[in-house]
Amino acid sequence: MATQQRTSSGQHTSFPSPYEQPAPEGAEDWRSLYPYNVLFQPERRAMEEAKFWFCDSQHWPTVLKPFETIGPELSTKCLGQFNTRYFLVPPANGLECRIHQGYVYHSPVTVDPDEAAARVPEFLRRAGYYFKHWDALLVNWKRKVLATIRELEALRFGELPDAQPYEEIERGTGLDATDTLLGGYDRLLALCHRAWQYHFEFLNLGYAAYLDLFQACRQWFPGIPDQAVATMVQGVDMELFRPDDELKRLAKLAVELGLDHLLTAPGPAPGQDTLDTVASAPRGEDWLVAWETARDPWFNFTSGNGFYADDRYWRDDPALPLGYIHDYVLRLRRGEYIDRRVAELVAERDRITGEYAALLDPAQRADFEAKLRLARQVYPYVENHNFYIEHWTMGVFWRKTRQLSALLHRAGFWPGENDMLYLTRDEARVALFDFASGWARGSAPLGPDHWPPEVERRRRIVRALASRRPEPALNRPPAAVTEPFSIMLWGITSERVRSWLTDLDTTGDLIGLAASPGRAEGPARIVRGPAELDLVQDGEILVAPVTAPSWAPVFGRIRATVTDIGGVMSHAAIVCREYSLPAVTGTGSASTRIRTGQRIRVDGTAGTVTVLD
Amino acid sequence: MTDQYTLAFDSGADPSTARVGGKCAGLLTMTRCGVPVPPGFAVTTDAFDAVLDGGGPRAEIGSVLAGLDPSDTADTERRAAEVRGLITGRPVPPPVATAVTAAYRVLGAAGDVPVSVRSSAEMEDLPAISFAGQYDTYLGVRGADAVVDAVRRCWASLWTARAITYRAARGVPELGLSMAVGVQAMVDARTAGVALTVNPADGDPSKIVIDAAWGLGDPVVSGGTTPDNYVVDKVLLVPVKTTLSPIHHELVLAPDGHGLVRRAVEDARRRQACLAPAEITAVAELAKRVERHYGCPQDIEWAIACDAALLPDGGPRVLLLQARSETFWSRRPRARAAVVPGAGVSSIADTMLGLGTLPT
Repeated sequence: MATQQRTSSGQHTSFPSPYEQPAPEGAEDWRSLYPYNVLFQPERRAMEEAKFWFCDSQHWPTVLKPFETIGPELSTKCLGQFNTRYFLVPPANGLECRIHQGYVYHSPVTVDPDEAAARVPEFLRRAGYYFKHWDALLVNWKRKVLATIRELEALRFGELPDAQPYEEIERGTGLDATDTLLGGYDRLLALCHRAWQYHFEFLNLGYAAYLDLFQACRQWFPGIPDQAVATMVQGVDMELFRPDDELKRLAKLAVELGLDHLLTAPGPAPGQDTLDTVASAPRGEDWLVAWETARDPWFNFTSGNGFYADDRYWRDDPALPLGYIHDYVLRLRRGEYIDRRVAELVAERDRITGEYAALLDPAQRADFEAKLRLARQVYPYVENHNFYIEHWTMGVFWRKTRQLSALLHRAGFWPGENDMLYLTRDEARVALFDFASGWARGSAPLGPDHWPPEVERRRRIVRALASRRPEPALNRPPAAVTEPFSIMLWGITSERVRSWLTDLDTTGDLIGLAASPGRAEGPARIVRGPAELDLVQDGEILVAPVTAPSWAPVFGRIRATVTDIGGVMSHAAIVCREYSLPAVTGTGSASTRIRTGQRIRVDGTAGTVTVLD
Repeated sequence: MTDQYTLAFDSGADPSTARVGGKCAGLLTMTRCGVPVPPGFAVTTDAFDAVLDGGGPRAEIGSVLAGLDPSDTADTERRAAEVRGLITGRPVPPPVATAVTAAYRVLGAAGDVPVSVRSSAEMEDLPAISFAGQYDTYLGVRGADAVVDAVRRCWASLWTARAITYRAARGVPELGLSMAVGVQAMVDARTAGVALTVNPADGDPSKIVIDAAWGLGDPVVSGGTTPDNYVVDKVLLVPVKTTLSPIHHELVLAPDGHGLVRRAVEDARRRQACLAPAEITAVAELAKRVERHYGCPQDIEWAIACDAALLPDGGPRVLLLQARSETFWSRRPRARAAVVPGAGVSSIADTMLGLGTLPT
């Protein structure tokens, strides 16, 4: 943080300006990769420097390739539309979004206090309707999302024929195969946009109800730990945990059917061959039926977070779920209990809720119970939508994107199968038309000459950008962070931002949020992305910029989790509470300050991480 | 050990405030509930009455104090000293001294143990009138004769000038007063302090506030030191706020067990928190347990001994030295920020609009 300002006391007061940060070596031309509407533009300097931007490394921990800007662009657009245009959330509009040196930054858009007050009646009417008809609307939501997924699945990006089939002449279609191809691409993007609208349809309301409970608890019990309120609503039967639960079920079934040795056979990592071996074993068919039932839909689950085009999906790559099942079988053989301790979680939730309620006087207690009821009714969506949109829908979206990229790769447009990701989605549309046009003309398209060197140039830039971790924030922080969604989702509080500036507390510990209680010590394992998950050893402490819900199976191996970003409602926090592991989130820089193998002590109760050697 | 004049804390007897005073009644109750309390006994009000009545000085006390004007401080002071002399100037009747000596011997199988000797007045620690701190306390008393003498001085402290004035102002008659005395094995404390089961800063009932210092807890109680302060959430039992103070001196038992000495805290410990995380939890658990028993906020004194063995579950052993009902917040309506009433979407809208006040 070389460009930070210091006061006379040595305290940093501001993060760097995006206009003053030199690009990493070899990435000087990085701005040419991204569309103008997500870049800090020189003519807007005064305006942009007056705002505070925080890095969303919770959702985009690594550098975005140009095509992947669809994630931050659509998600911020759709988050905003529900606040600003649909429900008219009184104090909050959306988030502005910029890509700076490959990383995503957000800045909340506030509402003028007079306008906020004027929005109240419409908000009551609109949000009130949703709260009142929550369950029915949610059934409708699931129907809409599944229809979107079906439509995405139906898109085909195959080779173009040498000639249109004769039947089309008889039918007089008057169209060629590129009509479907170009239309399919437009449809792909439109369906993705639609899915992101559905993503936020209920989400902000879910957070709002939670926030209401949270605020009331803070008034009744000043300084109540965030995790106490989080525990009060913690879902124990959430669909987001289904994929992991399915793996456990398959592990137990394998033991029951006497097939487990096939799943833990020595030699190469399990994969399609393993499934073939199981198929030919006695009773192997029974297991494979269970496998197929689990696979669709529960293995539409990525080891990433759904925001990157090369995230691997369990459904496509049996090595991922089989690897986890392998682990579970070994643990079952050691006599371990592998299921989530749901009864204990419920008992603890009820104890905590009951004890706080007992401290209130009767009138307050009635309010508390009503707020809790609403928060519990709407809260499961806050986790479950993740499976349907980020994992399932986006999994299909990226698969189709890769199919299209591979088609143009075969036509010589770029050297690698997935290289279309180095184009923005608008550039990809141009390339696709170039391809269609060349095919239609019967002459070579221009792309194969234009794109390969350009793609290589961009690949080098992305690699150079990835060599540096992003600044946690940009510009001068406001005196107080009050935007509700930033606080809940990203853990962006005034205190947290201050601690990023100083990095360490006075005792030399890294400080973060006490996201899941308990203490643990052990060697650190830095994991920067899902590809490094295989390295995690038993008894290590997972240290990552951010974790994804699909990492759940490794939570059986580790002692604690530390993340750079995330609030008490981040996935790492929720998963750790469910798995009874200590967690400290939002440390700002743990994954760069700590090295793999260093012994660390994690205090998930106090929110501190101490490096012991 | 039970006889007419003494009652051991672990006797299992039904504690009667009239017989053992408020402080000892609490310790008897806590011992009976299985709360770890250092061993000790009450010298009952029967002993006091045996000293003062039956040809004792009760009548003389009455005449010394007759017609006293409490606003005349010099005269009150003189008469109070005279009354105290009536008690300290004559021997304790042999049956009482024998009983106290016998009860004291039970505390130390290996010999004389240092004890604290504290007055435990009948009317002390009542919700309506707090006599807290009015009467004498002797720490680090060792040997049966010294204990008997300290007990006698506690009795006499019923008539300090400030106690007399305090009673006069509240209309408590001087005649018929009685007092029990608590004798309790001293904990050779590594760390000690107090804990309150309500946050005195804002009346938050979900917090336990702990003050802790190195050594014996007396400087914490008397305000002679600035202690470490821990605010702990009562439900989750996790610290939500910790304020550490450098503690320069500590009060400890004298090496020979007679009396106390004040000594400097070495540098390394000065920079350290007085309570480790597990100890904070253990103190909070103890306070919460006492509060549960009485059903109202409590103010406790606790200590962790230098040689404290860990509990079977690996937790630290925290001893309860004293418990009394908290009298300040319990009798006041809570002064709190108004919370958005009700639930549902209108409350949500109000909450969102009020977010400018969100504590961050």
